[in-house]
Amino acid sequence: MSDPYQPFQPLSKAKTLSPVEMPPGYGGEGFFATTLGEAVGLARKGSMWPMPYATSCCGIEFMGTAGASYDIGRFGMERFAYSPRQADLLMVMGTIAKKLGPALREIYEQMAEPRWVLAVGACASSGGIFDTYSVLQGIDRIIPVDVYVPGCPPRPEQILDGILRVHHLAKHESLRRRDSAEYKALQAHYGIE
Amino acid sequence: MSVDEAFFAELRRVLGDRILSYEADDVPTIVVEASDLYDAVAALRDDETLAFRFLTTLFGMHYPTNAEPANAEPATGERLGVQVLLQNMSAGRRLRLTCTLPVERPELRSLTPLFPSANWMERETYDFFGIRFLGHPNLKRILNIETMTVFPMRKDFPLEDQSRDDKDDRMFGR
Repeated sequence: MSDPYQPFQPLSKAKTLSPVEMPPGYGGEGFFATTLGEAVGLARKGSMWPMPYATSCCGIEFMGTAGASYDIGRFGMERFAYSPRQADLLMVMGTIAKKLGPALREIYEQMAEPRWVLAVGACASSGGIFDTYSVLQGIDRIIPVDVYVPGCPPRPEQILDGILRVHHLAKHESLRRRDSAEYKALQAHYGIE
Repeated sequence: MSVDEAFFAELRRVLGDRILSYEADDVPTIVVEASDLYDAVAALRDDETLAFRFLTTLFGMHYPTNAEPANAEPATGERLGVQVLLQNMSAGRRLRLTCTLPVERPELRSLTPLFPSANWMERETYDFFGIRFLGHPNLKRILNIETMTVFPMRKDFPLEDQSRDDKDDRMFGR
């Protein structure tokens, strides 16, 4: 299995443009055999259900991403889960006030494993321009974040790039990353059981 | 007698010596003692002629050196303040009442018995300035998170979030 944290290969440099990259395996006419991990990783990547948590202008960019021009459905993500119980990916887009922090954390805790978090925009990543008493200085103060998308707000292409990086993690990480010592330590750091 | 003078005479009739100073601004402003604010607002509301029956807004202020406002009392150092904006809808009149409070004991009688709309405004004033409104039915923070222990609109509260550890002063020209 390749290193999940290796630099993402830009599409322009990829050898072939294919919606699904074939995993290594043994195939012939009418059949293909690969490991369960590769197959499940492919499935997770190809049908990730995002939960949009949009609080400000980054949410507008997300709406553009979901619309026809950028069409998030090309990546198997057109089905939004508005319940954290059914979501795989929490997309936090916008300023999170400190008063909103406990609500966001509860949503994250309600998500079932495997779960990923995408912080879209400067505010979700670091507090952005709102360096003040009322704004959470980055959602990674309360929940772990997998991928950060910079920008104020980021263009839809940047959001798609962040999503593809989450897909890269989903495809290449261990199927049970929640059992890894590193992941457990991270959850313990945030006090999440 | 100009319009302003006639209006001031009406205020004199209702409030008497409670008026510490009067300023005929675009919104006429009177300064009263903090202990008189409740009675003054009640008198202005119940008077048949003035009839200030609408509370437009109520908010807090903080004067760290008491350079402002131009109030009647001598400069006593750091003061907190409360302003109340009243309106008479039928006559199209506005009136601003100002009072200041000592920062050590910022207590004021709540206006909620007179105007139920003062409820949330007083909570906000308490939330940001720490001014306690005695007799308020539910005086707790309204906008900030409940666990906050400071009053962020006071001038001595630093603007920037103090939990940031990534800000290098050299990058910000200071």
